[in-house]
Amino acid sequence: MILLQAPFLNLQALLDGIMVGAIFALAAYGMALVWGVMNIINVAQGEFVILGGYITFAVFKAGIHPVLGMPVSFFVLFILGYLIYRLIIFRVVDKDMFISILATFGISIMIQQIMNMIFGSQVETALSGFGTVFLFNGNITIALIKLFSFVVCIIGALSIIYFMKVSKMGRAIRATAQNARAARILGVDTEKVYAYTYALNAAICGLAGSLVAMTYTLHPYIGLPYTVRSFMIVIVAGIGNIPGVLASGLGLGAVEEFSSYLIGTEFRIGIVFLLLVVILVYRSKRLAKKREYLK
Amino acid sequence: MGFDKKELSGITFLLLLGVFAPFLFPSYRIQISELWLFMVYASTWNIQGGKMGYNTFGNIMFFGLGMYICASTQIAYSFPLAEWTAAGGVKTFVHTVEQYFTALPIGMILAGLIPAAIAGALGSLILGLRGHYFAICTLGIGIAAGEFATSMKIWGGGQGMTVPVWPKVDGQEIDVLGGSVNFFYTLTFILFFCTYFFLRWLFSTRFGLILTAIRDNEDKAEAMGIPTMRYKVTGWVVSAFFMGIAGAIYGNINGYIEPTEVAFAGATVGVYMVLMAILGGKGTLWGPIIGAIIFQVFKEFFWTYFLGWQRVALGFLIVIIVVFFPEGIMGWLRRIKPELFGEVVDRKARLAQVTIKTND
Amino acid sequence: MKKINKLFLSIISSFLLLIASSVSSFAKVDGDTIVLGAAVSLTGKYATNGEHTQRGYDLAVKVINEKGGITINGKKYKFAVKYYDDESDSNKAATLAQRLIEQDGVQYMLGPYGSGITIAVAPVTEKFQIPMIEANGASRALFTKGYKYLFAVLNSADQYLNSAVDLMAEQAVAEGRKASDVKVAMAFEQDAFSLDVKLGVMDRVQAHNMKVVIDDALPKELNDMTATLQKVKALKPDLLIVSGHSKGAMTGVKQITDLKVDVPLTAMTHCDAAAINKNLGGGGDYVLCAAQWHKSLAYSDDHFGSGKDYAKLFESIYGYDPPYQAAESSAALLVWKDAFERAGTTDKEKVRDAISATDMMTFYGPVKFNPQGQNTSKPMVLFQVQDGKNNVVAPTKWAEAKLIYPTPKWSER
Repeated sequence: MILLQAPFLNLQALLDGIMVGAIFALAAYGMALVWGVMNIINVAQGEFVILGGYITFAVFKAGIHPVLGMPVSFFVLFILGYLIYRLIIFRVVDKDMFISILATFGISIMIQQIMNMIFGSQVETALSGFGTVFLFNGNITIALIKLFSFVVCIIGALSIIYFMKVSKMGRAIRATAQNARAARILGVDTEKVYAYTYALNAAICGLAGSLVAMTYTLHPYIGLPYTVRSFMIVIVAGIGNIPGVLASGLGLGAVEEFSSYLIGTEFRIGIVFLLLVVILVYRSKRLAKKREYLK
Repeated sequence: MGFDKKELSGITFLLLLGVFAPFLFPSYRIQISELWLFMVYASTWNIQGGKMGYNTFGNIMFFGLGMYICASTQIAYSFPLAEWTAAGGVKTFVHTVEQYFTALPIGMILAGLIPAAIAGALGSLILGLRGHYFAICTLGIGIAAGEFATSMKIWGGGQGMTVPVWPKVDGQEIDVLGGSVNFFYTLTFILFFCTYFFLRWLFSTRFGLILTAIRDNEDKAEAMGIPTMRYKVTGWVVSAFFMGIAGAIYGNINGYIEPTEVAFAGATVGVYMVLMAILGGKGTLWGPIIGAIIFQVFKEFFWTYFLGWQRVALGFLIVIIVVFFPEGIMGWLRRIKPELFGEVVDRKARLAQVTIKTND
Repeated sequence: MKKINKLFLSIISSFLLLIASSVSSFAKVDGDTIVLGAAVSLTGKYATNGEHTQRGYDLAVKVINEKGGITINGKKYKFAVKYYDDESDSNKAATLAQRLIEQDGVQYMLGPYGSGITIAVAPVTEKFQIPMIEANGASRALFTKGYKYLFAVLNSADQYLNSAVDLMAEQAVAEGRKASDVKVAMAFEQDAFSLDVKLGVMDRVQAHNMKVVIDDALPKELNDMTATLQKVKALKPDLLIVSGHSKGAMTGVKQITDLKVDVPLTAMTHCDAAAINKNLGGGGDYVLCAAQWHKSLAYSDDHFGSGKDYAKLFESIYGYDPPYQAAESSAALLVWKDAFERAGTTDKEKVRDAISATDMMTFYGPVKFNPQGQNTSKPMVLFQVQDGKNNVVAPTKWAEAKLIYPTPKWSER
């Protein structure tokens, strides 16, 4: 077993895992926000990520260093998220969550084909030009762009937490999440909060996408894995558990990486889903003993 | 269990369509076969999603399983399965007429029974979840099934599996009901009507009432002493049975089984069945049927005329359906013309009601 | 009651209206235009190469029509292609193929992109007995089912990288080692095509008795090969083989660059479709690539001229160097033209027989079908990315440059 033959590979897998997980965790934050505040599962999450990536790619193609594309992606997606909220989402906020799943599914397939039309169907990537760093006598390799992504994600996550705690809008968001009617009675404009939350989610995805463009590759139709991983991370963490999202995200990344070594890459995604099913069933069984169920 | 006039006219329309369509529109036979199957998908989804209030994204698992099981049986009955699916296999196997027509019904029966058994076994675990957790869990099952199928070499893995070809004599298809297209068309038609009448009967019994009770308030139903889990699982077993057979037939129509795109097609068929039921009106018997017809018509329309934009159009349609018709066509009809549904409405009293609009 | 009947009536009539309106051209031959049908991946995961395929078809149609079209029995005809987007979904492709044949009345088909999709479409064309010339489905499984109406101008997938393995064996011997000392690492996507490439590779690996140290299966939505590459760094193989379509090639090269993985020889498929020589800032250099065709090969025909002429024409219209997917798609049309003219009729059965007797030279290479419908007269080539250019290095008869072996270490670049 290669992990036993080459012990430093364990550390390598762990590092690779959490670096991969960080980007998913960032996207998961956005999803947790939207889910917690508006009770909406945004199936178009992955598409927002890829779109953010394409915007950074466009910046790259224009000759500018893609790192500067990060704020561009962030702001463009923020505006886009706001528009989508005002056009479509506001109609489904008060309806059954299932409705929102389908509505955002419809939005996701629209975005996919629109991206295909605008950006073409080639696989693209943005080159950051960051190098590689070697540790422990060359036994551990870390691509600096991945490290950079990791740092950005952590900073992003902490910023969101700080923002939510300190700023007025942040507190308004939290209040609305706890009890929308009470917040309204106390003077919070919940419509504005919802719009802002959704836009913020899109912006976070845009930032994550920007990192994806530099670290991996882009294609109009590869958004689904990001959506799906965000789901899983939020569920495993439990809704409302924002710091837990970060831990879950990194953990998921590590699990995936290790399972690539242990079980083989082709089973990776199947294992991840099976894990999801098992966790859910186990949790519900535990609650059922107390005659409760997962909310 | 009488039929009222509206229903009778509906059934007659479908019967006529079913019997004459292959002759009137011979080049659309496969589309119409698909339509019958869509109606089956939507109607069985309705048992969970509509009647019971458990939105499932995982019924596709039974569809895919049924497909693979039937095809495997058809092959394994006469030839070693592993060799048929072996990548780059150099041998060619040809079925004789007897082999084909003996294996096919066996395959179809197994395709119905095995997924039903699995639903029975897993049901008590999965159906313990509620609400969106149930939806997500079933989504996970659907995707995991597709992923594992891609790795199963005996089923051809990522290469997929070719279904046995309709037996030929002298290079021409043998004439049973007019060839393979007509034969499988007839099967889909029969399957749909079996599903329809079975569900119609099922919903009219106490079983239907209990499902509705579970949807309305499961805890209260349990408090009244109803063993809800048993009913939930039975409903799932019924869905699994019909979906499995539907999968078996579809595999033969398509001729080729690809794990995530044909069999466990969660992103297409898995979502379509939900949309069709919602479009037509979930919870009613005819809702899924109407939804399936409208959806299929639109889908074909988009693919012919909006090529290049078709997914944008489809996404747009989905958003419209979901935002403006969440109760579906049937629900919308019920609202504007409740007399059609046998509800008596006191017009004056209704107008006298005052609705307080809130921003809730 | 009346209202429900009205509802159903309106449903029926809209259905009929739709059908009536979609009865566009039931003609296989519309006046002087021969209509061919094609379901191609214009969206979805294969969209990159689906686009190359469609452009190959379009370019050939344009050139053939401009050069006088097809002459059958003294009458002149033009080509036209009716396209549908199969969205890289094999299920859709099969449905669309059936729609092309049954509703649009198409009698002659062009293949889709990719083995997986071609495998799905072939049963349909076979069932309706419609001849199909395909240019992008290389899986061997297509030729073992006894199909009579399927013809492929390209080499089968198992021939893609076997010469790379042989090349490695040669280099090892030249270094003074034994071929059986070679350590091989491989990563294959789990689809029909890549698994066939693997068959061919394993065949040669076993023939030379080489050791396989890594045998990874890449998931379909591959975006990250890190685990495989870390294993490569740890186990230090001599030869790394990656096959995962364009995304696999691009991800592979990018991550090899990012992680500074040193392998003496790397071989991939679909490198030119992913344009790794251009898009990755030099990271694609020294990679060995399997190709069905290369513009520097000395084949030529009277429609496109030489490979270089074809490339120049393609680039002038579409703005980039044509990958072999485009070239082989164009070749398919040339075969159709030749078959129609030799058959002297538009009857599909006679044309089918004419296709099976094809023996011609095109800018893409020679085309001659064996009884199973495979083109067995054209060899595969290997090129190596050298300084941003794709140079043919094998077979030696066509080589325009020497193989650079071993790949220089990252620290030396």
